[in-house]
Amino acid sequence: MSARELIANDPTWLSLVKAVLVFALLLVITILLIWFERRVLGRMQQRPGPNRVGPFGLLQTVADALKLAFKEDIRPKLADNWVYFLAPAISAGAAFLAFSVIPLGGQVNLFGYQTSLQLADMPVSLLVVLACSSVGVYGIVLGGWSSGSPYPLLGALRSAAQVISYEIAMGLSFVAVILFAGSLSTGDIVDAQGQGGVWYAFLLPVSFVIYVISMVGETNRAPFDLAEAESELIGGYHTEYSSIKFAMFFLGEYVNMVTVSAVATTLFLGGWHAPFWLGGVGGGVLNTGWWPLLWFLLKVVFMLFIFVWLRGALPRMRYDQFMKLGWKVLVPVNLVWIVAVVAVRTMRNTGVGTAQLLTIIGIVVVVVLAIVLLLPNRPAASDVEEVPVTGGDHPLPPLDLEVPKVPKRKPVAAAPAPELSAEEEGVPDGRA
Amino acid sequence: MTVSVYEEIAFWILGPLSLAGALGMLFSRSAVHSALWLVLTMLSLGVLYMVQDAPFLGIVQIIVYTGAIMMLFLFVLMLAGRESSDSVVEVLRGQRIWASLLGIGLAGLVVAGVARSLGDVTPAGLDNPAANGSGGPGNVANIGQSLFTRYLFPFELTSALLITAAIGAMVLAYTRKQAKGGKNRQREMVNMRFRENTRPGALPGPGVFATADSVATPALLPDGSIAKESLSRIIETTPVTQIEEDEALADRHPDAHALTGAARDGDDGASIVASPASEERSE
Repeated sequence: MSARELIANDPTWLSLVKAVLVFALLLVITILLIWFERRVLGRMQQRPGPNRVGPFGLLQTVADALKLAFKEDIRPKLADNWVYFLAPAISAGAAFLAFSVIPLGGQVNLFGYQTSLQLADMPVSLLVVLACSSVGVYGIVLGGWSSGSPYPLLGALRSAAQVISYEIAMGLSFVAVILFAGSLSTGDIVDAQGQGGVWYAFLLPVSFVIYVISMVGETNRAPFDLAEAESELIGGYHTEYSSIKFAMFFLGEYVNMVTVSAVATTLFLGGWHAPFWLGGVGGGVLNTGWWPLLWFLLKVVFMLFIFVWLRGALPRMRYDQFMKLGWKVLVPVNLVWIVAVVAVRTMRNTGVGTAQLLTIIGIVVVVVLAIVLLLPNRPAASDVEEVPVTGGDHPLPPLDLEVPKVPKRKPVAAAPAPELSAEEEGVPDGRA
Repeated sequence: MTVSVYEEIAFWILGPLSLAGALGMLFSRSAVHSALWLVLTMLSLGVLYMVQDAPFLGIVQIIVYTGAIMMLFLFVLMLAGRESSDSVVEVLRGQRIWASLLGIGLAGLVVAGVARSLGDVTPAGLDNPAANGSGGPGNVANIGQSLFTRYLFPFELTSALLITAAIGAMVLAYTRKQAKGGKNRQREMVNMRFRENTRPGALPGPGVFATADSVATPALLPDGSIAKESLSRIIETTPVTQIEEDEALADRHPDAHALTGAARDGDDGASIVASPASEERSE
């Protein structure tokens, strides 16, 4: 029985129980994820990271969350009350909602019912993920607008443009997967990967890479965290938020990370199936019962590690570079890739053999290479007024700079007494 | 035609919600609030479609209408500013009459359509394979099949129309400034700055090398003189004019370390800036 049929038989109370379980799971993952991120980042930056609260600092996030909840809730005078209140709720709610269609495992016995470890599955589950992310943008945009302050507004505008642009690349990277699985249902896609025996990450590497890039852009994470950009926009859309409302935004962001990682797992990494040769152990016993949950979580953690790794390794991109990457690289590459995939699929379906297929692909590659080689090079820019640059493409300052003369100083008259005493005590940089 | 209990529950929750959204859109004063009420209506309608065995339509409604179109609306409204409100002056002559006439006409059409669908039409049932094409049950495969076989030409025409509109918008928005040689890019700005040879580095930030890091304190150049660019005329608390007056009086660069703002106000001379460090330097 497919996952969808199993879920359709769930009684209402079982669905509710599953919803609560998914909610709790996401909260626990979020708490651990923040700790994981800080520890891994610490390791990458040669420092220990949080290590005081609980064993290995595991409870640090709990302590932080408690503290955050008891902070003063500040509402700016210019804020639009209702929208200001609504925005964090939308942000967190949409993030949670998207997770409902993710298959966490196969068929299990839950409270005496044979069911699938998935809250809901529809014929259009994959589109639900996209819909939730597009509704989640409202949280950011409204939060930025309702704060009534310029930095949040700028952050919100950036974020809206960013998420909408990267949603296109993300949606296109789904297309090849849908073509291969023949379904929009997440349960069916995981089943198709289990039956085919090949993860789509290996079968469709271009789609996978594009998805990973666009999921980072979609969640506003470094190196694409232009909407928050601490050094430019202070905090971007959540600059004016504090206390529990800020916590909601924070939660939304991290749950979103988990959700997009889970989607990557489902679409490209075989979902809950045991990785590599483990699926064959003992006649596939590792793909039954509660084992799949373990594989699923491991894969999600792997994707989350990539998030943290990217944050630790890459500097923030400039906004125009970021948009250029999205529109001029990811989308066209994706379109060409989809056409190629469709061509290969059609040829296979019409009975073209592997040898012939490879020959055709070889001919196409040769033709493309020939065209690329025959294209004339772009003429080098000959600007006489061009300033000399070093190898790093950075302009050199002119070497004949005049050093300004130092004017004569006048001693400050009558320094006040308390400051003199400060000087005697040896305060390095006294400020009165 | 039977209606299941769940369908009824969904309807009685979503129906009032979408109605409330529509009314809220009409009667709210702020344009952004109007847009948000409309989003509520669209979301409710999307979920209603899903309840009616049309999950694809429902989700597409949410993605396209709320996710893309309303977001674009909000984008524009946010850029237009929060205080902007509709003007009540009628620009088009007879607008009200035409609007009410057409509105009543539309309402009549909708009521007639709904009445007909409630009366003499038997529902085919979207999950019924016989009613659908050869795409099997469910509407994703069937919509795909109809779209790319029977309605391929209209579909392509629509996409051509949309692309034309997008290109037209781009052409209209592409001004001379964005063309090559129009507005200076970052690279050209840097080159220009270096060519002019006056200030290769960045402008000093407020408080750099100064005795305090407030915006009111001017930055000091390495020779100790005041960098006037670091003082903004827009911010009232910065002593731009004050410094200019001083300069005019002294006819030379004032000593930044002697800038005693408090003393100027007739204080007892406890200056804000005369720190021990600066004294050492000055001696």
